[in-house]
Amino acid sequence: MPPKPAVTHTRSNTLPGDDMLLNGWGGTSPSLARVATPLNDADVGILIGSAPQRGAIARGLGRAYSDAAQNAGGMVLDMTALSGVRSIDIDAGMATVGAGTSIDDLMRWLVPRGWFVPVTPGTRFVTVGGAIASDIHGKNHHADGTFGEHVHSLTLRTGSGDVLTLTPDGTPEAFWATVGGMGLTGVIIDATFDLIPIETSLMSVDEERCRDLDQLMTRMVEGDQLYRYSVAWIDCLARGTSLGRGILGQGNHATLESLPKSKRSSPHHFNPTSAIVTPGFVPSGLVNGLTIRAFNELWFRKARHRHIGTQQSIGFFFHPLDLVDSWNRMYGRRGFVQYQFVVPDGSEEAVRVAVERLSGAGAASFLAVLKRFGPQNRGMLSFPTSGWTLALDIPVGNPELGRLLDRLDDVVLDAGGRVYLSKDSRTRPEHLEQMYSRLNEFREARTKLDPDGVITSDLSRRLGL
Amino acid sequence: MKDALGFPQSVLVLGGGSEIAHATVRKLIASRCRKIILAGRDTEAMMTPAKELRDAGAETVDVVHFDALDVGSHDSFVENAFAGQGDIDLVLVAFGVLGDQDLAERDADEARRIVASNFTGAVSVLVPVVNALRAQGHGTIVALSSAAGERARKSNFVYGASKAGLDAYCQGLGDSLVGTGVRVMIVRPGFVHTKMTEGLDPAPLSTTPDAVADAIVTGLGRGAEIVWVPTQLRFVMSALRHVPRVVFRRLPI
Repeated sequence: MPPKPAVTHTRSNTLPGDDMLLNGWGGTSPSLARVATPLNDADVGILIGSAPQRGAIARGLGRAYSDAAQNAGGMVLDMTALSGVRSIDIDAGMATVGAGTSIDDLMRWLVPRGWFVPVTPGTRFVTVGGAIASDIHGKNHHADGTFGEHVHSLTLRTGSGDVLTLTPDGTPEAFWATVGGMGLTGVIIDATFDLIPIETSLMSVDEERCRDLDQLMTRMVEGDQLYRYSVAWIDCLARGTSLGRGILGQGNHATLESLPKSKRSSPHHFNPTSAIVTPGFVPSGLVNGLTIRAFNELWFRKARHRHIGTQQSIGFFFHPLDLVDSWNRMYGRRGFVQYQFVVPDGSEEAVRVAVERLSGAGAASFLAVLKRFGPQNRGMLSFPTSGWTLALDIPVGNPELGRLLDRLDDVVLDAGGRVYLSKDSRTRPEHLEQMYSRLNEFREARTKLDPDGVITSDLSRRLGL
Repeated sequence: MKDALGFPQSVLVLGGGSEIAHATVRKLIASRCRKIILAGRDTEAMMTPAKELRDAGAETVDVVHFDALDVGSHDSFVENAFAGQGDIDLVLVAFGVLGDQDLAERDADEARRIVASNFTGAVSVLVPVVNALRAQGHGTIVALSSAAGERARKSNFVYGASKAGLDAYCQGLGDSLVGTGVRVMIVRPGFVHTKMTEGLDPAPLSTTPDAVADAIVTGLGRGAEIVWVPTQLRFVMSALRHVPRVVFRRLPI
């Protein structure tokens, strides 16, 4: 072994960082911050202790659509180096991993061993810390709830520098402020959560083409009990009697005996790749009414009227967008906003109004995603609550977009719903307390954990969280 | 913080007496803006527009003294403006004087006043404004330039030259700020019907403060770098710019 070079590293109370312009996945509202990469928990402590006046926030893989993981004029902690399995109890199906670990890595490590994450969003490229801070949901929310509901404990470095171990029942206030707390209670260092066993790495999927919104919603409710995973894609450009036409995709993990013999020898094979890379420069306006109409038509025609028991890979079923690397760049320089809301059961009309207004205004969108949610958990700012959630991307550029979305907010509010903070980039701060009735409770918990207000983000400034 | 559609939540208006500024802020209030600082020479005269903006839905409208000619006060003025609660998302540079062209050709005081206000004063206050926005990590500067700066005409070249200077400064500034989170939008209106131009013969393609405000708000949403008001003026001025001097000086403009 070669001798270590004679360089002495002095431990200082600051760490190097670079000024970087950061934006969310939607590519809107960039801001400048000093980005530093902690390599361990102690580094996180040093960085929080040396945070500038404009504070600090943790950032994972930057998949929040807007400004949740940016902090203009302050510090941003790139958490991706705090990655990896800390410990794993393979018999109990429980893992402790660093907060910067991505779901992609977790799946690559775990799926071949017959384990799956309890909840995965539409992309594998989110970190566990981000999954907890956004209290993410997946296609299985109606069956399994959010990611946060599967967390047994987590380590949090607060704004005052304390290291706390939080559990759902031992420290309910701090834990449930952190789950869904948009990273504002402190920096999550690691987390222990459940894994779910899978017999194979394939999904058994039933697909159905639905001619309108009514049929889609009816079929979706009917399938709730039968399928662990369920989601619908709506063609937002279809109008009139076809309004809300879409494709319902429902599935379960495929069992070993359902696999063709040829695949049974390696039932847990998992090697997802992205097939296409979006080029670095795409002119704004490429995503427009025409190209979207063509794409949506193709997508709709591709599905057969009813197709039972197709076997799909995990990547194809859960993360179709990951097949196109950097797909967000397709929207060009101006970027896009994602609008996602939830309204309670019985407010199906609000979903219809939203689809109607968006298609009527020609606010071009690729397929909108419709999903059913199960009950609200104890997270103070956790987004999901029983009912329907609709999510859609809209390119920025239409001057009427702001007013259109404000009016949709009103519809959502009237129905007793809310918008998702991890997606939001433009809602009005004055509506937040109505959307999140436990906001003040969250504020109190946050003040206790961080009395000097060190932990802050562009999102919390914009919405006055 | 500004939102994804480019709309600010707080605005500092330099030239708080400007009708274009009032019209712009009114429209920004309709799309989220809640905190406004009107800064200008005549604080008394800004009280009425301040009240109107409060009635329009602004949470706070502060009226503060600011004199473009008093360049020595600019650093501390900006420091105070940014020391308040919360960020300043947008700085609207709306001050300027038209001046008296005939007088300015003979009287150096008048020429100096025009240039000192429109150009030197603007540069003087923009330096600390940019420093503050850079420290904040985000922000937008909207500078009211003028079509008159695109090519100086004999009938108002002192004003035109002062705006040309401001315009050139802001173009360079905008380019220098790429990657800092701070951006600059230059607005080039033609003849605008305001109290500044009262009694003058309107030029063709004349416009109103309201139309300029609309163009500013649309430009913010589009992330524009230069906005002409009305839009056609861009092509008219582009043509005029290339007219040979011997012809240009004979044009009745």
